[in-house]
Amino acid sequence: MKEKIYKGIFAVLAFASLAFLMGIVIVLFKEALPIFQKVKIGEFIFGRYWYPTYSPAEFGILPLIMASVWVTFGAVLVCVPLGVGSALYLHELAGDKQRAIIKPLIEILASIPSVVYGFFGMVILTPFLQDLFHLPTGLCALNASLVLGLMAVPTVCSLADDALNYVPKSFREASFAVGANRWQTLTQVIIPAAGSGISTAIILGMSRAIGETMTVLMVSGGAAVIPHTFLEPVRPMTAAIAAEMGEAPMGGLHYHALFAIALILFLITFVFNIVAEMISRRFRIKLGLSG
Amino acid sequence: MDSKVKIKAEGVNFFYARSQALKDINLDIYENQVTAIIGPSGCGKSTFIRLLNRMNELLPHTNITGRISLDGRDIFEDSVDAVQIRKRVGMVFQKPNPFPKSIFENISYGIKVNGIKDKTFIEEKVEASLKKAALWQEVRDRLSDSALKLSGGQQQRLCIARCLAVESEVILFDEPCASLDPISTAKIEELITELKKDYTIVIVTHNMQQAARVSDYTAFFLMGELIEFGRTQDIFTAPKDKRTEDYITGRFG
Ligand SMILES: Nc1ncnc2c1ncn2[C@@H]1O[C@H](COP(=O)(O)OP(=O)(O)O)[C@@H](O)[C@H]1O
Ligand SMILES: [Mg+2]
Repeated sequence: MKEKIYKGIFAVLAFASLAFLMGIVIVLFKEALPIFQKVKIGEFIFGRYWYPTYSPAEFGILPLIMASVWVTFGAVLVCVPLGVGSALYLHELAGDKQRAIIKPLIEILASIPSVVYGFFGMVILTPFLQDLFHLPTGLCALNASLVLGLMAVPTVCSLADDALNYVPKSFREASFAVGANRWQTLTQVIIPAAGSGISTAIILGMSRAIGETMTVLMVSGGAAVIPHTFLEPVRPMTAAIAAEMGEAPMGGLHYHALFAIALILFLITFVFNIVAEMISRRFRIKLGLSG
Repeated sequence: MDSKVKIKAEGVNFFYARSQALKDINLDIYENQVTAIIGPSGCGKSTFIRLLNRMNELLPHTNITGRISLDGRDIFEDSVDAVQIRKRVGMVFQKPNPFPKSIFENISYGIKVNGIKDKTFIEEKVEASLKKAALWQEVRDRLSDSALKLSGGQQQRLCIARCLAVESEVILFDEPCASLDPISTAKIEELITELKKDYTIVIVTHNMQQAARVSDYTAFFLMGELIEFGRTQDIFTAPKDKRTEDYITGRFG
């Protein structure tokens, strides 16, 4: 009897969160779709001009998409070497003592609120980049990439570290037993065996970078123009939504357009996560762990 | 007439972080002979053979005293490289541990890490090793399949082939049949007898019959000590120590 009640409670909770999720998706679709009655999907996604408040308004989000792409790509260039590198260091070279210090430190990076990262970017990186590259403003794609990349390091590092730890010790022993040295063992056995796990880490790191809002709003510069270099101010999708939602009249086209951007963002991260899940499942199967 | 001593352990003590796992081991391993190491679980059999290819050093906080020599040369000398020792002293583990690579790559890996790049040489070597390990007939048509698709017994023979490809002089087997069915076990025992011509073999086993069947010499370990060592025939028919007798007649362990 008691057990039944518990079961019931947990079932309700589980379904409630599922229902919330569905609710969010439905609202997203419902609020996004009206824009496509006025603007064709193709024009929306590939339109080069984002002038939502002009009359006549233009709703082309290519500049926003490209901004997200540039910033995310840049962030990957920062977080992959740092995150994977530190995971490899932790796994291969650090002794127990170093590991006990470094691992929590990296995890602390994950607990810093994003607004603090944004602040760091504004106050420290902005003048630095401005001077270094003689820019009119240091708020630019590069700035956002650096900060986002740094923010994603803990995610990538701890997932890559997990992937390396998943590699059974017996592979390492087998490799040493045929006379391989540490470097050969690492590059030819451990990393390939952990490879798809590491890719999962990278994809989830990317997904974190592309969805991050507060920091990019603070440091990306905000110009809704298709960027040609990392040194231009940009307006990624998340920043556009956060910055414009307050001033877009509810129920207007601009309002619906912002929902459509959110929808696209949602779909992108959704795909990222599915791909990551698929890769990590294949990884577990490949290593002979449970599927 | 005893053959040449290939490996000699003299006064070997081994310590894990907290406990002493081996106490004053003195043991000769003869060339081109099969030496079986028997004893109850936890008596230090694995610890001992993992010293012979310097595998234990991969574990932190361990310590060894005493001397182990291979062809008369101390393998723990500063000038000796552990990697070189492991090339000469191969190992087959309790649980088959092929790499998550193809059958071919599993064997070629050991050859390649030893600096050989010649493709035809590698191909020939892979084939020869698989033949020696009595696996060639079963896998010749699917060398590029994942090694993890093989059965447990096949995987273990693959691990033996991987070892043979490196052309080591000694092969250490740590309970190689522990996870295998009787047919696979018989194949591996046959193989060990075959390999004795070219290699010096040390096999840890839980299985008394197996020790009696395959080995020329037997060492009985108990709680980290070597209790008795001698020709297998003598150990099994006329053990000198009461504890050895109790163990082989199944009165404990
Ligand atoms: N990595 C390790 N760390 C600490 N103690 C160990 C380790 N491996 C084995 N031991 C201990 O050393 C003793 C001998 O173990 P082992 O050599 O594995 O025995 P066997 O192979 O004869 O079963 C046991 O008491 C075991 O608990
Ligand atoms: Mg053992």
